[in-house]
Amino acid sequence: MAHIRLPATSLALLLAATPGLAQELNALVWCDHTDPALIEPFEQQFGVKVNLKEYEGTAAGLAILEQSQPGDWDVLVIDAVDVGRAVEGGHLAELPADKLQTADFFPELVMAENNMVDGKTYAVTEKFGYNTISYDKSKVDPADMEDMATLTSGKYDGRIGIYDYYLPVLGLVALGQGINTADITADNLGALKDPLMALRAASKQVADVVSAQTALATGEVDIIVGGGEWLTAVLAGENANLDWTIPKQGGLRWAQSIGVVAGSTQPDLALEFVNYITSPEGQARLATSSCYWGMPANAKAGDALTPEQKAVLRWDQQPEFLARAQLYPIPDAALDTAMQDLWTEMLAQ
Amino acid sequence: MTLAAKERRLGWGLIAPALIWTAAFFILPFLAMLALSFASMDGREVMRGFDPGNYVRVFTDPTMLGALGNSLEITVVVTVISVVLAYPLAAIIAFRVPARWQRLALLLAVLPFWTSYVVRSYSWLLVLGQNGVVNKALLGIGVIAEPLEIASTRAATVIGFVHFFVMLLTLTIYANLIQLSPNYARAAQDLGASRWQTFTHVILPLTLPGVVTGAFLTFVLCIGDYITPQILGGNAELTLPQLIMLQLGRSGNFPLASALSVVLMAVVTLAYFASSRWLRLDRV
Repeated sequence: MAHIRLPATSLALLLAATPGLAQELNALVWCDHTDPALIEPFEQQFGVKVNLKEYEGTAAGLAILEQSQPGDWDVLVIDAVDVGRAVEGGHLAELPADKLQTADFFPELVMAENNMVDGKTYAVTEKFGYNTISYDKSKVDPADMEDMATLTSGKYDGRIGIYDYYLPVLGLVALGQGINTADITADNLGALKDPLMALRAASKQVADVVSAQTALATGEVDIIVGGGEWLTAVLAGENANLDWTIPKQGGLRWAQSIGVVAGSTQPDLALEFVNYITSPEGQARLATSSCYWGMPANAKAGDALTPEQKAVLRWDQQPEFLARAQLYPIPDAALDTAMQDLWTEMLAQ
Repeated sequence: MTLAAKERRLGWGLIAPALIWTAAFFILPFLAMLALSFASMDGREVMRGFDPGNYVRVFTDPTMLGALGNSLEITVVVTVISVVLAYPLAAIIAFRVPARWQRLALLLAVLPFWTSYVVRSYSWLLVLGQNGVVNKALLGIGVIAEPLEIASTRAATVIGFVHFFVMLLTLTIYANLIQLSPNYARAAQDLGASRWQTFTHVILPLTLPGVVTGAFLTFVLCIGDYITPQILGGNAELTLPQLIMLQLGRSGNFPLASALSVVLMAVVTLAYFASSRWLRLDRV
């Protein structure tokens, strides 16, 4: 047995002596980070295993963190508009701003107002896109999609799907009423109820990402409100008729941020992961992740994307789109509750 | 120590693991959920205390009551349809299929359980869609001129549920039917009972425990499911589990989600008491 034990012992000693090989990084992420094409280069470069746990919805992610011990998690991916909420809950560690790679970011995507709290940086934007109108241009007049009022005109009744997330859809409904997303308050929220209910009445379903993609791909619906390029990009290869647009009233810009979890026992490695994700190579891989595509925040990622990928992402149109898009609504707790109650009422309609 | 005391101690020793398991993984979590249901929210903070406000809201808010009503309606319809379809299927397997083929028939009945619940729901979505098999078949044979709107309706939810639960019920009813001695039916017919009278007066009452057990399991699983209404129903109407998920995943309102869950538990408990007379889980 001795000659069998010896190699095993040697291996254990080798692993102990080279911590990099035995290290694991635990990241709480969205599904786009679970693509092996994104994670494996980092694992190979640093000789670590990245353990990924997917979550849906900020509340669910924060609940996981609240129920965890310090050190359980190293990295958090979160909706950019919810970074402040995570900081408020003590879940994110301050990042060394001088070690982040934001110099090459699209200026609108630095988002200091979201990623910084009290002058300290807690997260960095990694990916963005638009919640707007997705459609099948072989069944819908693309000109109609330039005006949100067409959706409730009766022309497309029963052919519309609504993306099941209250913030972007309520934001779009607000834009349709001439209210900027930043100006939504408890006082004017009531003005969104009738148009929201009218949109619901004209729609066939309220669907999550996969259901919305399935419905669009199978022709169950021809339009998805609140979705965006991430909804149609992965289907573009199979159906070139799927398209999206930002209507004249405007669109919503979503963005996700990444940060290091407070209490991480390996903050340096976690920071390396953040920097890998925001590097041009990591950004290109994240942008074209198998779960969903989205625009990279780092403009240098364009060098690592193929012309075909850039065409699907509409790389060249970004300046115009960014100018017409507004950020998600960022409600305080009371407004958030009121918005969710309105959304629940709409679902129950 | 007397023999009786020894036996008593042995009895407690044997059931202790089950009691500990039940206490640790059911009773304690349920008590924690019950306590949380009386908490309230201050902004995004959970405030511990004794506030019945969540229950008041559950029973006065039209959205909450509507979700409870939808859940009950869907569950009752699914349970009734599943029983009506499963009984003849179980009877055919038990009485008509030759014994050597019964294992294969049961295997076929169990096959749907081998597929992921989510995958099966999405599969049904493709089958029931406008370009799905059902619509194409009906259009092909000229029964309809326009595709039917089945997906993203309550009908789709019910179809998805029934597909799953008919098989579950078939197994529980089959288990009862196969234990039934054919002498009961022969005796009834010798005494002049018709086939229908034999079924309604002899076979059905004797197999009722299996039917009720399967129906209760169907009720419990159906009323607690949120995936099928979400995927197949297209969120067209809100059910109680969906409402709970909204409170947990979106709002982070754990007290209200707990109150809704307690109400769900109460409904299941009422269903248990309503059917407890016939529930004999040992016969499944």
